[in-house]
Amino acid sequence: MVDDPDGIPTTAADIAWGVRNGITKAADVVERHLGEIERRDGEIHAFNLVLAEAARARAAEIDERVSLGHDAGPLAGVPVAVKDNMCTRGVPTTCSSKILEGWTPPYDATIVTRLNEAGAIIVGKTNLDEFAMGSSTENSAFGATRNPHDTARVPGGSSGGSAAAVAANFAPLALGSDTGGSIRQPAALCGVVGVKPTYGAVSRYGLVAFASSLDQIGPLAHTVNDAALLLEAISGHDPMDSTSIAGGPLDVSRGLDFGVAGLRIGRITDLPEGADPDVTARLDEAFDALRAAGAEIVDVRVPAFTYGLTAYYLIAPAEASSNLARYDGVRYGLRVDAPDTNAMYLATRTEGFGDEVKRRIMLGTYALSAGYYDAYYGRALKVRRRIADDFAAAYESCDALLTPSSPSVAFHHGDKTSDPMQMYLCDTYTIPSNLSGEPGMSVPFGTGDAGLPVGVQVLAPALGEPVMFRVAAELERRAT
Amino acid sequence: MSGAGGTAAATAAWAHEGYEMVVGLEVHVELATRTKLFSGSPNRFGDEPNTNIDPVTLGLPGALPVLNRQAVELAIKLGLALNCRVQRSTFARKNYFYPDMPKAYQISQYDEPISVDGWLDLPDGFRVGIERAHMEEDTGKSTHVGGAGGRIHGSEHSLIDFNRAGVPLVEIVSRPDIRTPEQAKAYVSELRAILVATGVSDAKMEEGSMRVDANVSVRRPGDALGTRCEIKNVNSVRSVGRAIEYEARRQIAMIDAGEPVVQQTRHWNENDGKTHTLRSKEDADDYRYFLEPDLVVVDPDPEWIERVRGSLPVLPAARRTRLAEATGQAADSEAVLVVVERGQDSYVLAVGAADGDLGRALVHVKEAFAEQGDAPAVPAADLAKLTRLEVAGTLTATQAKQVLAALVERGGGDAEAIAAAKGFEALDTSELEAMVDAAIAAQPDAWEKFCAGEGKAMGALVGEVMKASRGQADGKLVSRLFNQRKPG
Repeated sequence: MVDDPDGIPTTAADIAWGVRNGITKAADVVERHLGEIERRDGEIHAFNLVLAEAARARAAEIDERVSLGHDAGPLAGVPVAVKDNMCTRGVPTTCSSKILEGWTPPYDATIVTRLNEAGAIIVGKTNLDEFAMGSSTENSAFGATRNPHDTARVPGGSSGGSAAAVAANFAPLALGSDTGGSIRQPAALCGVVGVKPTYGAVSRYGLVAFASSLDQIGPLAHTVNDAALLLEAISGHDPMDSTSIAGGPLDVSRGLDFGVAGLRIGRITDLPEGADPDVTARLDEAFDALRAAGAEIVDVRVPAFTYGLTAYYLIAPAEASSNLARYDGVRYGLRVDAPDTNAMYLATRTEGFGDEVKRRIMLGTYALSAGYYDAYYGRALKVRRRIADDFAAAYESCDALLTPSSPSVAFHHGDKTSDPMQMYLCDTYTIPSNLSGEPGMSVPFGTGDAGLPVGVQVLAPALGEPVMFRVAAELERRAT
Repeated sequence: MSGAGGTAAATAAWAHEGYEMVVGLEVHVELATRTKLFSGSPNRFGDEPNTNIDPVTLGLPGALPVLNRQAVELAIKLGLALNCRVQRSTFARKNYFYPDMPKAYQISQYDEPISVDGWLDLPDGFRVGIERAHMEEDTGKSTHVGGAGGRIHGSEHSLIDFNRAGVPLVEIVSRPDIRTPEQAKAYVSELRAILVATGVSDAKMEEGSMRVDANVSVRRPGDALGTRCEIKNVNSVRSVGRAIEYEARRQIAMIDAGEPVVQQTRHWNENDGKTHTLRSKEDADDYRYFLEPDLVVVDPDPEWIERVRGSLPVLPAARRTRLAEATGQAADSEAVLVVVERGQDSYVLAVGAADGDLGRALVHVKEAFAEQGDAPAVPAADLAKLTRLEVAGTLTATQAKQVLAALVERGGGDAEAIAAAKGFEALDTSELEAMVDAAIAAQPDAWEKFCAGEGKAMGALVGEVMKASRGQADGKLVSRLFNQRKPG
């Protein structure tokens, strides 16, 4: 990345280096990014809320720390856009839903605390599909987000606001959440790097739950190195999240220059079909590039991969039906008054939730119901175990897997809104690693139809982030 | 009736119109932890509403539960005290809407509870099986304002206090082994004694830290189980007996009238002494249980379990046996039950150890120390001396009582000196015999009736002697003397 004409670096790594060493002012970094937001977010709508004044105050604080000779942290002065389903104390957190309108969390998510400790500057809360349910950021109660590469197209979703914010240079870093591909698919469609870490690597405390056993927070960035920096800042055990993995932060940046010589990269021969030719062409080139860099390409089978989508659309809605039951109008958010309690629940939830959320609540409620549990939810859990077993078998003969991130490049607004099934198919390649709890990341690799970005997905076994990042870094170096 | 439940009555069979009752109890107890089951807020009764709250308690978006280790330890302790197998367990979500349940699901152990397959022995030796004892979180508390009887229906508005939400509970589910109201009462009393002795819960039914639901059905002995009804709101040991008695009779009356018993949840009304329909099975929620994804498996290692086992105190049943053996009383005699329930058994044994008479000590502790609670103020050696004087015949029972009252008042002292100061001297038998003869002469009618077999007439005769001795005579001895004089 080249510096801007005004001398401000564009990557998080360079900004943090410059700020820590007193070469770059955090205040200037913030002004430059607020300027971009001011100039273009009216059109893109990446943000639900821009925290201009808070960001300026933080920047001044950081510049002062530096001037006093203190360590300002590994992300000193780096603007970060945070998906609006992560709790920020004193700042509204909406999940892009009417039902949370007006609610202000009294506490910070663990990742927010860690961003602050690392010296990062939160510049705003980004748009998403309501409660992270969608693949286009069109299901937002506050309007759709546009893809900065072509504003007639979607940025992907559900972390479309975060991906667009990075792509549009509103912030060099963003946080998204990924339940079935919600970081990786928008990263691919917006031409940025997006990482879904191993389940439990990043605390979920303060992430508004969609499907608790699948949700995972991860970084979006321009570069693999920047994504690594952010992941290192936010990962590591959190006693507030019982599913958090013991141990310190992930160590992923160290191996970025190691190359891939000697690594075995798996090609899944029984991958579900449906990817567009421009996407598969880039995937083939990615294999070629890695082979050229010294990796061995091996064929593997992951038979249950293809059942991931079906299992996911039982498990995720089932958990969601329970997680979203708390939005009942009793304690916070929207309340639509009615003569009695049950009528109030009904009126509030009818008014407060959008169609896709309602669809999934109904799906999930049904899947868990007495008499249907075994046939639907119970069976989906068995498929989930099969997928994990099949991945484990594949990783016996390879170190990482390569697949498309998304079956297609960014599509036009409205293309898939009338057919939920078409929208769900966007996550065919990303869902299985959520079910297995393993890490995956999308890295830009060339362009496809209409010159739009294409992403390639790197998958690795649990806590295999170091290898995954090595492969991604190699692809980044060899991308055209 | 002592608080320790039935004694001889517990063994008497309950039967009505040829039916027996089949009862299982579900008892919820709040664990005596410092903090809540899944958050750091205090677990404290009686605070200002909505002060012991936090994002987890309120179910705020993004908040996550973290299991309280102390709660697990107390649950293990209870499981062991109830002779259960303590095992690897999980939590599930029980989904239903209610305004005082902040997440719209309750986190509860479902198909893999921490404790299973135990038992509880009642004082009379009757064994009640324990199916399971599982952990779960409590709900908040609603207060319905306006309308009738504090019920939600017809109320103007409701107030919710979330202080109780997330308080750790263990639900103890008995097997349907109970056959009489007395057994049910004894079960609740015994369970409460175990909870208090182990420190697992303060088990105060009046504060709601112990709550009882009863599953009641009836059948002809030997028949298959009948349809059961669950009775809620049974808030005292006495109500437990009354509620199941009423409910069993209600069901028998229905069956005899040719009406089927319908599976229902019913509400016990303390005022009218009846159970009322709350909801029928058809209206029951489908709770859509599934494994709680925000928590991990609870798999206490065997060393921990053994450490907890080692920390168990001597349980009430063993203490009753010990006291019964020492005093020569039955383990389910009222004196033994009462003294152990009050935690005064070790004091009685201490009196014995100080060369006192255990039988007299037991009686005194049961009667005279009734109001004193756990720590009688009279040193064991002082009470021991008093019992020695009684056994030696130096003091009558009546005199001993008065001396004891003085000991209690002064917090101890020399029983002999007190007796002397009160002018108590042992009446010798010749003096007593003279008084007995005088009484017979003074009450010829009573004597005649007594001789004719009317035992009641003895009262007037003994009263005469008591009057003559100014209450100093030993009643038992006097009765014996009258009997000796009875012809034939």
